[in-house]
Amino acid sequence: MTALEARSVTVRFGRGRRRLVAVDRVDVTLPEASTLGVVGESGSGKSTLARALVGLVPLADGEVVIDGDRLRTARDGRVLDPRRRIQMIFQDPFASLNPRMSVGDAIGEALTVRGGSGRAARAAEIARYLDLVHLDAQIAERMPSRLSGGQRQRVAIARALAARPDVLIADEITSSLDVSVQSAVLNLMRELRNELGISMIFVSHNLATVRYLSDEIAVMYLGRVVEVGATEAVVSSPAHPYTRALLYAVPSLGGTVPADLELGDPPDPHDPPPGCPFHPRCPVGPHAYPEREECIVRDPRDGAEERPHRAFCHFASAPAETPRPEERFHAARDR
Amino acid sequence: MTVGSTRIGQALRSPVGVVASAGLIGVIVLAIAAPFIWSDDASRLDILHASQGASSAHWLGTDALGRDILDRVLVGTRLSVVLAVVAATLGAAIGIPVGAVPALVGGRIGRLVTGFINLAVAFPALLVAIFVAAIIGVGAHGAVVGIAIAIAPYFARLSQTLSSSVAGSEYLAAARMIGVRRIRLLTRHVLPNIAEPLLITSTIAIGDALLSLAGLSFLGLGVQPPQYDWGRMLSEGLNRIYVNPEVALGPAVAITVGALTFALFGEVLAKAAGTGSARRWLRGELPTAAAAAAPRAGDDVLAVDGLTVSFPGGAVPVRNVSLHVAPGEIVGIVGESGSGKTLTAMAIADLLPSTAHLSASHLRLFGSDPRTLSAAQRRRLLGTSLAVVYQDPMSALNPALRVGRQVGEVSEIHHGISKREARLRAVERLRAVRIGNADARARQFPHEFSGGMRQRAVIAMGLMAEPKLIVADEPTTALDVTVQQQILRLLRDVTESRSSAAILISHDVAVVSQLCSRVVVMYAGRVVEELDVETLVAGPAHPYTAALVASVPTMESERERPLASIPGRAPTPYDDLPGCPFAPRCPRATDRCRTEMPPLERRSPTHRAACWHPVDVLEEAAV
Amino acid sequence: MTAAPLSLSRQRNWWAVHARTAYLFRRTSRLVVSLFLLLTATFFMIHLVPGDPVRAALGTTAPPDLVAARRAALGLDKSLVTQYVDYIGNILHGDFGTSLVSGERVTDVIQARGPSTFRLAGIAFLVTIGVAVPLGLLMAALTRDSKRRPLELGFTATAGAIAAVPSFLTAVALVYVFAVKIHWFPVAGQGGLSSYVLPIASLAIGPIAALARIVRVEGLRVLEQDYIRTARGKRLPVRIIYVRHALPNTLTPTLTIAGLLVGGLVAGTVLVENIFAWPGLGTSLVAAVAQKDFSTVQAIAVIFGAVVLLANFAVDVALGAIDPRSTILDA
Repeated sequence: MTALEARSVTVRFGRGRRRLVAVDRVDVTLPEASTLGVVGESGSGKSTLARALVGLVPLADGEVVIDGDRLRTARDGRVLDPRRRIQMIFQDPFASLNPRMSVGDAIGEALTVRGGSGRAARAAEIARYLDLVHLDAQIAERMPSRLSGGQRQRVAIARALAARPDVLIADEITSSLDVSVQSAVLNLMRELRNELGISMIFVSHNLATVRYLSDEIAVMYLGRVVEVGATEAVVSSPAHPYTRALLYAVPSLGGTVPADLELGDPPDPHDPPPGCPFHPRCPVGPHAYPEREECIVRDPRDGAEERPHRAFCHFASAPAETPRPEERFHAARDR
Repeated sequence: MTVGSTRIGQALRSPVGVVASAGLIGVIVLAIAAPFIWSDDASRLDILHASQGASSAHWLGTDALGRDILDRVLVGTRLSVVLAVVAATLGAAIGIPVGAVPALVGGRIGRLVTGFINLAVAFPALLVAIFVAAIIGVGAHGAVVGIAIAIAPYFARLSQTLSSSVAGSEYLAAARMIGVRRIRLLTRHVLPNIAEPLLITSTIAIGDALLSLAGLSFLGLGVQPPQYDWGRMLSEGLNRIYVNPEVALGPAVAITVGALTFALFGEVLAKAAGTGSARRWLRGELPTAAAAAAPRAGDDVLAVDGLTVSFPGGAVPVRNVSLHVAPGEIVGIVGESGSGKTLTAMAIADLLPSTAHLSASHLRLFGSDPRTLSAAQRRRLLGTSLAVVYQDPMSALNPALRVGRQVGEVSEIHHGISKREARLRAVERLRAVRIGNADARARQFPHEFSGGMRQRAVIAMGLMAEPKLIVADEPTTALDVTVQQQILRLLRDVTESRSSAAILISHDVAVVSQLCSRVVVMYAGRVVEELDVETLVAGPAHPYTAALVASVPTMESERERPLASIPGRAPTPYDDLPGCPFAPRCPRATDRCRTEMPPLERRSPTHRAACWHPVDVLEEAAV
Repeated sequence: MTAAPLSLSRQRNWWAVHARTAYLFRRTSRLVVSLFLLLTATFFMIHLVPGDPVRAALGTTAPPDLVAARRAALGLDKSLVTQYVDYIGNILHGDFGTSLVSGERVTDVIQARGPSTFRLAGIAFLVTIGVAVPLGLLMAALTRDSKRRPLELGFTATAGAIAAVPSFLTAVALVYVFAVKIHWFPVAGQGGLSSYVLPIASLAIGPIAALARIVRVEGLRVLEQDYIRTARGKRLPVRIIYVRHALPNTLTPTLTIAGLLVGGLVAGTVLVENIFAWPGLGTSLVAAVAQKDFSTVQAIAVIFGAVVLLANFAVDVALGAIDPRSTILDA
């Protein structure tokens, strides 16, 4: 069973020369009770994709199917989800809680929508959801301003859960938290997935975090999913050079600073390079191998279905044959 | 709402708040009661005593018909205030809905309305009021409508910014996702968050309307005889200012006091809503740091012991920190937000905010104690030997100056070379940090640079002199992972090629361990452990360090096991715990930890930890 | 193979180079549209007057043929479209029609009285900027990092109170002290240099206090920015930190407020001129409104409105020249 399927999701912003394709024909398949990790750098469109799926950003094209129902879109292109089956948790718990509403009211609001019962039953429900995120029931009386960042994020999670979603989207939920609090929130998400069997889309710039929580990983670059596959497969045998670069860049305890990737800075998303948008930075692309002109002229989207991990790379080798990333980059540098 | 109302209560009890509320109550009471009490006196004609100056019978004199001016000023309160309130309310009623249009409608119409509001705000209110009054007809009606229309754009502008900020807020998005109904969205989420500023503005607008009305009446375009308000009386008084200046005084004071009262009351409310209760700046005695470790001799680039940074009000964010950096060495400082790592670095770089107080039992930077140097000497020493790289490259560069100028400035000042030469050297340094097309780039402004390039430019700035110490405060936190590694690499190359020492500050243990030979772990303003990278990887001794390492998922973390987590909250810089600052969150803590501060004890030549019950690697392995 | 990236970078440079031209173009077209809106609004102003404006102006006792003559002179007997086209055309030729009451050419009135009003407002504007900006920056420098709390409180309270007092009250107070009590300056009228002092002071004192407060807050905000810390990190002399690094960044908000100030000063002249019997447009305006001389009111509305729009346009252009980001931000 698939919990959520999105086909050819496209989001555009701005007009004229400020026009930007933030999400470019992205397909998402989320099997029931599994977690899809979406990883990418700033400007990759990962957060916009998340917002588009919950109807906060209008779609220019594409459709979202949940539990076999195709969701309708409003006239401006926003996805309509009248039964609130997709919920999202935002990055900044200081912005996502109404400063003038107590914790209990915020969670209670999600319950009310489902049709509430008596006051006592409601309080019990609120307490149950607070307990689910390991918060004390007394916290319901408090205003968000009196909570710590970690507590706020748990309240935001409880509120999303109270709407009983089929799919939960977590957008960079740990990146505004302090290190010692992050792990508690990650553990909570893991627990919710394992115990409640919620289907999740976990969006983050941190590959290690995404790997820890996800069954599958989708790597985004300039609005496209350039590689998608089972977590272990993507991590151990990445097919796209950008994924390899990301893996290569993850700092490890006691490791050394890797040899310079010479990747340069990401291109201007208003003006993406032609052909493969990664080619100006690609260590195995036309800059290292001048004969690979294909990368400049042909969009690697064509034929992706046949490649390992549906990689958007003309030269995505079979995962088994991929050399270790370091060797690959040294090879690129030496030329 | 409770939080907001106590804040407002507090603000009203402040001296300014008391004055403002007393004034407001006074004006309201006068507006209601004065006409009942003095109305007869104010209209009693007394031709015999017409146009007199101040006397014991008529404290502010009499007007041309012999009526008492003080009585008339008091009675005039009602008309002046009522007209102002009506005008302000009417203005709000017109402006607020218009301002909400862009957020509700959006698109082309929304932009058009926004443009119109911006245009209308540019026109001076008094002129608009005069012109509208000219159309409607001279008199109180015309003046009120004129002023209402004149101040409506201000309300529209405010309501537009407020509604668009709430409309774009994540809490509204979250509520919408849950499926909260439109009415409830408006009543529970939108209105409470915009009502306060709108009410405050309305209060201030009443003051403005009062002044504008007085102005119009003063010009003879407002209230017409036989009605009278303060503005009309002022205009009558002005004609006699040569003979009896005090007759103008009454109305003038009334207008000023009336308008100021509303303005002041509005500002008190605004202050309460905006900044919360005022911060208290108690000057407490500074806790003097006892020297923990004996000063080490040698030619260290930096040697500091017992470093303590405190702020007025009792915050002590850095407590008794020792730090030694040998030439060419890269030392990492790891800690979470609030651990004091950044303030430690800024204290070393002499960049603390001016209210901060620094004390240290021993401080030597490049062989001399900066505290004993004159300001000019210190500037020269630090300007040529110390480079600082900041956390956010987006804000660390001055947006109004070209990058080349900013980079070259150091040499211009400290090496006394010309602007042209400084620019050439800046281009060369930009090239050294691998900024392509450096000559053209030097001519650009920071906003034309990407984040990674800006950080490179900041590093280039530090390289203008020959730094002996580079202090890098979270230099990669704001950057993407692929760019992050490039900057770290650059920092390493730069320190190697110039054999300068560096302090790298980060919340990320892994990042620090990649670059540094030695790592200092800070918690709650103190150094809790100082260790070499091998020991850090093999197993740290302090439970906090151990938990910090274990709580971050890595590419090797087992996905089936929960991550280590640290319950509770770190103490604030105001808390002065007698024992170990980590004790309240530590699973190994005993009574001793809570009452007695563990000293930073040497465990090996390269390892020191401050813990009564350090983690034993062997013991852990056995578990 | 490097051809593609090169051509792309050239394209981006084109936008970088021409961003200012594009900005100037957008601002100019906005000015033209605004002026057009102003003319349209003033045109309809006279038609919004309830009843017959000519009859209202001349009174019920005026002979019918005089009323008819004035109506004809105003063109009120023609169709609305013709009137509109004529109105716009005439104004573009500098012809503001004839006064409803006196029958004078309004253009003559404006030519005679306009300069003395704009001299007043212009000098007051320069005085305001010249005093308020240095004062505000000095206060920011003295009170940064919450230092000198008494000075800060004293300054904000005094400036706040002064800013809240309208120019006509300031004028009355100044007249009382400097003209009535100590006879330093004339009470009213336009004459030598000394006759300018009190009107300009009354106009400028309030805006000086208001602007100085804003400049101080802006200065404090800028002094807290990371790039000021960077400048301190470079160990630059204090003077350079303030002048080169802080000052340019306070200019954007200061200029924006200054643009709004021009409007306020123009409006202030209306009151101040009436107090000092200054032979300017302000006294004409008040007299015209009182006499229901709608065509004069209309003409002065156009003049004042155009001055306000031009001032804001000038500020925008100046911002575009000073602040490299402003040309891009509003794209």
